[in-house]
Amino acid sequence: MKTPFKLPSAARVRRFAADNVVVLIFLFVTAIAVPSSKLSGTYIIQDLLTRYGRNAFLVFSLLLPIMAGMGINFGMVLGAMAGEIGLIFAVDQGIAGVQGLLYAVLVGAPIAILLGWIAGQVLNRARGREMVTGYILGFFMDGVYQFVVLYLMGAIIPITSKAITLSRGYGIRNTLGLDSVRQSLDKLLKLELGSFDLPMATYLVIALLAIFIVWFRRTKLGQDMRAIGQDQTVSHSAGIPVERTRIMAIVISTLLAMVGQIIFLQNMGNMATYNAHRQTGFFAAAAILVGGASVAKATIPNVLVGVGLLHLMYIVVPPAGARLFGSAQIGEYFRDAMSYAVIALALALHAWRKRANAESARAGLRGAASGAVAPAKMEGGAE
Amino acid sequence: MPDDTPLLSLEGITKDFYGTTVLRDVSFALRRGEILGLVGENGAGKTTLMRILFGMPVIAETGGFGGTVRIDGQPASFRNPFDALDAGIGMVHQEFSLIPGFTTTENIMLNREPSRRNVAVDLFGPRMATLDRPAMTARATKAIERLGVELHPDTLVSEMPVGHKQFTEIAREIDRDNVKLLVLDEPTAVLAESEAEILLASLRRLAAQGIAIIFISHRLHEVTAVADRVVVLRDGQLVKDTSAKGVEVREIAAWMVGREVDANARVRSDRKYGGPALEVEHLWVDMPGETVRDVSFTVREGEIFGIGGLAGQGKLGIPNGIMGLFAAGGTVRLHGKHVELDAPRAALDAGMAFVSEDRRGVGLLLDESLDWNIAFAAMQVKGAYLKRWLGGLFSLRDEKAMRALAEQYIELLEIKCTGHRQKAKELSGGNQQKVCLAKAFALEPNLLFVSEPTRGIDVGAKKLVLDNLRRYNRDEGTTIVMVSSELEELRAICDRVAIVDEGRIAGILPPEAPLADFGLLMAGERAAEASA
Ligand SMILES: Nc1ncnc2c1ncn2[C@@H]1O[C@H](COP(=O)(O)OP(=O)(O)OP(=O)(O)O)[C@@H](O)[C@H]1O
Ligand SMILES: [Mg+2]
Repeated sequence: MKTPFKLPSAARVRRFAADNVVVLIFLFVTAIAVPSSKLSGTYIIQDLLTRYGRNAFLVFSLLLPIMAGMGINFGMVLGAMAGEIGLIFAVDQGIAGVQGLLYAVLVGAPIAILLGWIAGQVLNRARGREMVTGYILGFFMDGVYQFVVLYLMGAIIPITSKAITLSRGYGIRNTLGLDSVRQSLDKLLKLELGSFDLPMATYLVIALLAIFIVWFRRTKLGQDMRAIGQDQTVSHSAGIPVERTRIMAIVISTLLAMVGQIIFLQNMGNMATYNAHRQTGFFAAAAILVGGASVAKATIPNVLVGVGLLHLMYIVVPPAGARLFGSAQIGEYFRDAMSYAVIALALALHAWRKRANAESARAGLRGAASGAVAPAKMEGGAE
Repeated sequence: MPDDTPLLSLEGITKDFYGTTVLRDVSFALRRGEILGLVGENGAGKTTLMRILFGMPVIAETGGFGGTVRIDGQPASFRNPFDALDAGIGMVHQEFSLIPGFTTTENIMLNREPSRRNVAVDLFGPRMATLDRPAMTARATKAIERLGVELHPDTLVSEMPVGHKQFTEIAREIDRDNVKLLVLDEPTAVLAESEAEILLASLRRLAAQGIAIIFISHRLHEVTAVADRVVVLRDGQLVKDTSAKGVEVREIAAWMVGREVDANARVRSDRKYGGPALEVEHLWVDMPGETVRDVSFTVREGEIFGIGGLAGQGKLGIPNGIMGLFAAGGTVRLHGKHVELDAPRAALDAGMAFVSEDRRGVGLLLDESLDWNIAFAAMQVKGAYLKRWLGGLFSLRDEKAMRALAEQYIELLEIKCTGHRQKAKELSGGNQQKVCLAKAFALEPNLLFVSEPTRGIDVGAKKLVLDNLRRYNRDEGTTIVMVSSELEELRAICDRVAIVDEGRIAGILPPEAPLADFGLLMAGERAAEASA
């Protein structure tokens, strides 16, 4: 079918630009901001290296639902909440270091599985509107989380440490110091390379996750997710349990988000008990989209490129704002606006890009219809 | 055959839908390696019989069936298609059930992928096994070889021509180790003649390997060519069960309808045309698999203009593009007035109507009743069949007029149904096609496009449909553009026939032109300028 059709170079450039417009806009803004931020190259690189370790795991958790045709799983914040609950218990029990993180994962896992299963059930009833449903579900569960953490913990759920409960006797304090586990993973295997600090253990975990995802795609379950992502009816009539598989995609994603949030927080070193998860889904979505993914297709390179680009902007834009406008605040507003714009743009582009692709494919089929003299035999030819 | 228990025997199969009997005491048997041609008029009950055999859920939902199905002598009652698959029955459905972004191999092996165990399997269950890609390719290749067709195991389905999709689907059925019986319901309807040939050859190969086949088709010459035995259904009853040896198409047709069927007699008396009705210049249409590259032609007022050609060459793209269903460009004028492309409403408002070849996709509202289906386009476009109240402030459907309209066409086109309130999805394939025609007629267009009007329609009804087109053209003076892959029917009713090849018009011939000339055009020989 495909005729080897040569686009004129101008059109080819346009095509490339259209395909990568999000990335290009980002590069452009950052390219302006980097010099005006007056930050040193070493500083920027060190900060990027840290942020990679902190955020990449969370972004990876979005891959499987996209593969299963469910779009960006904004419901991943449920996993983030599960991770936070795990950490609260780890801190309360006074389990320090990597053991504390493992303990948090063990506590968080059943909660994440349960929440993921609920989210999967809900999303199965909201076919075609998974993304917005997941977003709303995140708000709803945030309420439940507040209720549990603010009222039940210390009252019904036993919390022993006075240091983390509110003075009234129940409920967890607004800010939870994570000193006992702070950067325990990052420091486990620290590599000093010249003037850079590399948290190798964290990178190792992320690399293992990437390998897991590559492997997972080759499994039967991964293949079924791909099939369902393309056509649910056909998959169903071939005997693939569609609903179950979709739930699995969400459960795995929620579990990964749980671990991701724990990695994120151990790096931060403290946790805003009621706010830490609010923007998790949003940042992860922005990162994967900046990396060139769409709501229908995402790859591991998309994650890696996206995390780098998004955080490069986060590093350089506020100081650039401070220098250019005399206020770091403006820079911060600007970078938030940029991230929101990216999500909106990427969603709109997803629809628009499909059309643009069809248009350019069509350009080769018009023959002489655009006015030129028709040679008896076209060079294009049919199949 | 040493073993004389038949592979499949149907005994006294009876089925009714809400009191209407559609199958009455049907019994026949099938041996291993035998090809059975199952024929009958539209609505005779062929598809229903196969649904019973395959355990499709609709059957149980509508009250089950009477009689016994035996496989290898054992009574079998399948509660769902998976039971039937386990028992070794494969069914190739009319609609493709393939995953577009998967390769041939992935589709053939869908949900039956050979895999390798690993630790995760013990921990989390069998779905964690990794796919064994080489084994998948090997098995798919074997299935393709058994069919004896050329299919590349790594081609994406979305990039395949229709015929290859059909083969992929058949390959999927025969890959099962235990497959003993293969059911194909009108598998050739979407295929070009040449592709159908290959399919028939594949069926013979499979039969030679011991697989029994039930083959349903309205193209009776295919049935005589491939079947060992012919079973004829008429109004739900088995009227003939005979060896296919020496049987002729005419005989089968007569058994189907219970009377002699006369061949399409061509009556073309003094035809008169007006000025140009439809002028098309440099049209291109981006319809997947039916790309139109550069087409120009003019249809005269009152003419029946035919468009033919092999599948995939673009003939279907022409009406679809002009009607605004696929992206298109170029100039189209109707009675001298410019018609906007890429805007379905503009085409309808200009007074054109279209009977699509894709009756399930765009043709019908399957969950709605017949009268509603026939009238709704006219209601939408022309505001017909609406009663106005309070000076047009609001309007209601005129149920009585709709009913009269529906009944008129049910009679005219002999639509087999229980009444005008029956749902479109409950009609047989061929009768749904007739409803599409009625819908277009009800629009009273001044230009009518009909695409594959007789696809899935039985021999008897074919003539009826063609006669109605001809009558409509004569009585109402409607200009008709008919697209069809059946050259014979184009030659039977058209005033001129254009042949499309590689997205361009290869030539336009009068219907009396010798068959060989048409053949040459289809084969890609461009005529200098043959016009009537
Ligand atoms: N779900 C249903 N509910 C009610 N009636 C139905 C249903 N399905 C089929 N029928 C009726 O059963 C009869 C037989 O239909 P069937 O589809 O078996 O015909 P067929 O022989 O396959 O015809 P065709 O050649 O047109 O495909 C028709 O009269 C049809 O209206
Ligand atoms: Mg049928």
